[in-house]
Amino acid sequence: MARARFDAEARAGLTLISPPFFYALVILAAPVLTILTYSFLTDGYLEVLREFTLDNYREVLSDPIVRVVMTRSLVVAGIVTFATVALAFPIAYYVSFMVRPERKAMWLFLITIPFWTSYLIRVFLWKVILGYNGVINSSLTGLGIIDEPLTFILYNVNSIVLTLAHAYAPFAILPIFVALEKIDRSLLEAGRDLGESRAMTFWRVTLPLTMPGVVAASLIVFIPTIGDYVTPEVIGGGKIPMIANMIQVQMLALDNRPLGSALAVTAMLAVAVISVIFLFLNRRFLRTRQ
Amino acid sequence: MSIHSNGRGLQIYAVAYLLFLYAPIVLLPLFAFNSGTIIAFPLQGFSLQWFDEMWGNATLRRALTNSLTIAVASSVLATCLGIFAARASTRFEFPMKGGIMGLIMLPMVLPEIIVAMSLLVVLLGMGVQLSLLTVILGHTLIAMPYGIAILSTAFSSLDRSLEEAAYDLGETKWSAFRLVTLPLVMPGIISSLLISFTISLDEFIIAFFLAGNEPTLPTYIFSQLRFPRAIPVIMALGTVLVVLSIVLLAIGEYFRRRGNARIGGSATGGLM
Repeated sequence: MARARFDAEARAGLTLISPPFFYALVILAAPVLTILTYSFLTDGYLEVLREFTLDNYREVLSDPIVRVVMTRSLVVAGIVTFATVALAFPIAYYVSFMVRPERKAMWLFLITIPFWTSYLIRVFLWKVILGYNGVINSSLTGLGIIDEPLTFILYNVNSIVLTLAHAYAPFAILPIFVALEKIDRSLLEAGRDLGESRAMTFWRVTLPLTMPGVVAASLIVFIPTIGDYVTPEVIGGGKIPMIANMIQVQMLALDNRPLGSALAVTAMLAVAVISVIFLFLNRRFLRTRQ
Repeated sequence: MSIHSNGRGLQIYAVAYLLFLYAPIVLLPLFAFNSGTIIAFPLQGFSLQWFDEMWGNATLRRALTNSLTIAVASSVLATCLGIFAARASTRFEFPMKGGIMGLIMLPMVLPEIIVAMSLLVVLLGMGVQLSLLTVILGHTLIAMPYGIAILSTAFSSLDRSLEEAAYDLGETKWSAFRLVTLPLVMPGIISSLLISFTISLDEFIIAFFLAGNEPTLPTYIFSQLRFPRAIPVIMALGTVLVVLSIVLLAIGEYFRRRGNARIGGSATGGLM
């Protein structure tokens, strides 16, 4: 009886899930498997030859330019993640602990509005702010503080980091906020009652309990940042490519699909490995999650 | 309360942080209504000419039509598929549930360039002509997980006994779903439609690679950023888009809260 009911339930569930599942299978899984296959094939003129090879991966791993671009992507994404999460934590803490409950929704709304406005225009506006004749430079020269426009603030890695840290801010705030909201406030009172200072209570109770949110926020920022195409293009002026730009060039401009596929697969693997290591390092915080 | 006594510093930080978040967006209307052709301070004077030019721009209008077509189609598709997934994952236990849901939600954590490139390679390999349709395929895929996240909240807070009561009163599975469940999750459906619509409208990478020669709003904006002369019009366009997305978000938020109130939830959270 119980088994029959389970089977009926399983069947109903599988039937219901099949339309979105097949959609994801055809539009996502099949294409990703295709580039995985391509990455082991040989590039011919105007076509992909069906000959198995590891040369693409050899080239990806040995080419100095690939190494520079890959390292840059990882470093930029790492810095962006750290900066975004570190800046986001206090604001999430503020909204969760200091803002009156009925005003929390308004604060979240305020935080998310900039995120929903055109990503391209936001990125471009940072160029307007940081540029040679930009807001900062024209204001500073106008006020007579500097004579020559500052050139070190645009077309470099710093400006890419700043732009991305701005673009992904809400992604970091929301998971941390959710984790903070889940904390049982009586635990904090217990900590204080047992003689801990406020700082120690934060360090030994609040922070460990928030770590699942911090870990989620870090991954949510890190993963798309690595694959960002627009910001290096617009802010970096195309001179400071990241891995996404390189994949695009190989796939389309140079029409070397196998090498482009190998780059994409390597990037995905790098992201996956780093994410797993990151999760592993934080495993003691994640274990108690219900 | 002792917790609130030490909040002054954090409050100042919170305001500074909001300023940082809004800094670029505040510039939009400044330059959109500025009569100068160069995007720099000091501002010249008040002018509506950039809005005029924007209105008369045929390519821009085509891009807008394309973007709206894509956004409507993919938000409807993503929400319909999302309803299936949210209903299945919140109501039923079935084998491989984690793996299947993981695959469906994967686009949330997969760099978009990977989605765009792999789909492009396959479509080109099959000889499919790139068009608005191919963009819709991609946008539906990436909007679906966000729709599911919202719809799952709506479905999981449903009281199951309401459906059982409907069965007991002689409704079939489908009519109970249509008459009881659907109205209760309707606010979630509307939020999902709005969020998917907004995601699609703003999505650049997939549209850039999969649209062929058709412009969409983001790809049109991208193509214009290289020309300094075109920037004021883009600022005007950006201003309109900001106002539009605030209105859409406010509508979405209203429906979400109304839905939460109806099922007895709190007003916090949302958009997650």
